[in-house]
Amino acid sequence: MSDQLLDHSLDSFGDAAASATRVTPGNALRPEDIVLQQTAPAGDAVARYALHLGDDALILAQRLSHWISRGPELEEDVALGNIALDQLGHARSFLSYAGKAWGQTEDDLAYFREEEEFTSLHLVEQPNGDFAETMVRGLFMALYQHQLYARLVHSADETIAAISAKALKEVDYHLEHAELWTLRLGRGTEESAHRMRAALGKLWPYIDELFQDEPLHDELEGIAVRPSTLRAEWDDRLRDILDRSALAVPEVPTALCRGRRGEHSEHLGYILAEMQVLARKHPGATW
Amino acid sequence: MSSTVIGQDGQDGQNNQDNQNNQPGEGGQKPPTSAGWPLWEVFVRSSRGLSHVHAGSLHAPDAEMAVRNARDLYTRRNEGVSLWVVRSTDITTSDPDAKDMMFESPQGKDYRHATYYKESEGVKHL
Repeated sequence: MSDQLLDHSLDSFGDAAASATRVTPGNALRPEDIVLQQTAPAGDAVARYALHLGDDALILAQRLSHWISRGPELEEDVALGNIALDQLGHARSFLSYAGKAWGQTEDDLAYFREEEEFTSLHLVEQPNGDFAETMVRGLFMALYQHQLYARLVHSADETIAAISAKALKEVDYHLEHAELWTLRLGRGTEESAHRMRAALGKLWPYIDELFQDEPLHDELEGIAVRPSTLRAEWDDRLRDILDRSALAVPEVPTALCRGRRGEHSEHLGYILAEMQVLARKHPGATW
Repeated sequence: MSSTVIGQDGQDGQNNQDNQNNQPGEGGQKPPTSAGWPLWEVFVRSSRGLSHVHAGSLHAPDAEMAVRNARDLYTRRNEGVSLWVVRSTDITTSDPDAKDMMFESPQGKDYRHATYYKESEGVKHL
């Protein structure tokens, strides 16, 4: 029944038969469905794990949405906006699910947590920089999320598996988008290759954190993926893409980041200030 | 008439420059935006068994990116099962000014319809 109610949100697209491009609502899991589900996460650990995944997606979405209206081309503006929306959708699902364990909504978690309560990776909070930097960050994250969700599809937690199955298809596209641009910029002009090399060097220090195991993962055998187990394949696939793009893995030392434990770079505070100001000034506001 | 043409030439000069912003490879100053990206026409097949229908156009640097951009711009809400992109310059169109010649009403040309012909005698089951 909830499905039928929700699908009315698509009414505004008009008579499907009259359109050359028919609209169907699809049947993917939505955050609203998760809220309506009877089951809450089995324990605090699962909720905290969902929070990790949700926070990564939320902060990346917030960063990417800054490109909207600033994209280098109209088409690219739309592409980046779509990727931001996809990430926001993943964040909403994971945060809705995590919140159920604690009696909180996705909005409570997104808008009313302090900086040190966010568990996102340092990589996603890095500034957009130029287009090359955004593409390199996008490539690193898409490769990572793609492998992660591909494994989480088999998670023993059904909701995590369902959210991941939906996210996987979208991240597949994000990965292709980042890969196509890496190829074109790497083998493009001298300037574009130079910028890609600079971007790789700038963002490489944040890579180790992606594959850092936390004590939380020990508690979630069969439910979570141990990040360290993703590293080898990630490296292989990245090297392959960079080879084909006439680029190379930079020889830059990596940094120890502890975003999962709430220790963030100076950037996150500014992101949260902008993201949370409206909800905090007008709590419960709707339109 | 010739004076009009000269006047138009002056204007055309400006217009051409504007057009060049969207038409790469024409020389002249290239602005930093769509200058280098050709225009593509997008066709979406909404479901199996139907034909591809023209959905619109977009700019993209090459065919592969054009398909990706088309996916973003024209199929984000489950509209299609297949996408075609064609470079706009590869499409030859009918001349809008030749409307009379191309698309004249068939009225008064009954002979174009099979019903105009009388049934032949002795031919059954026609």
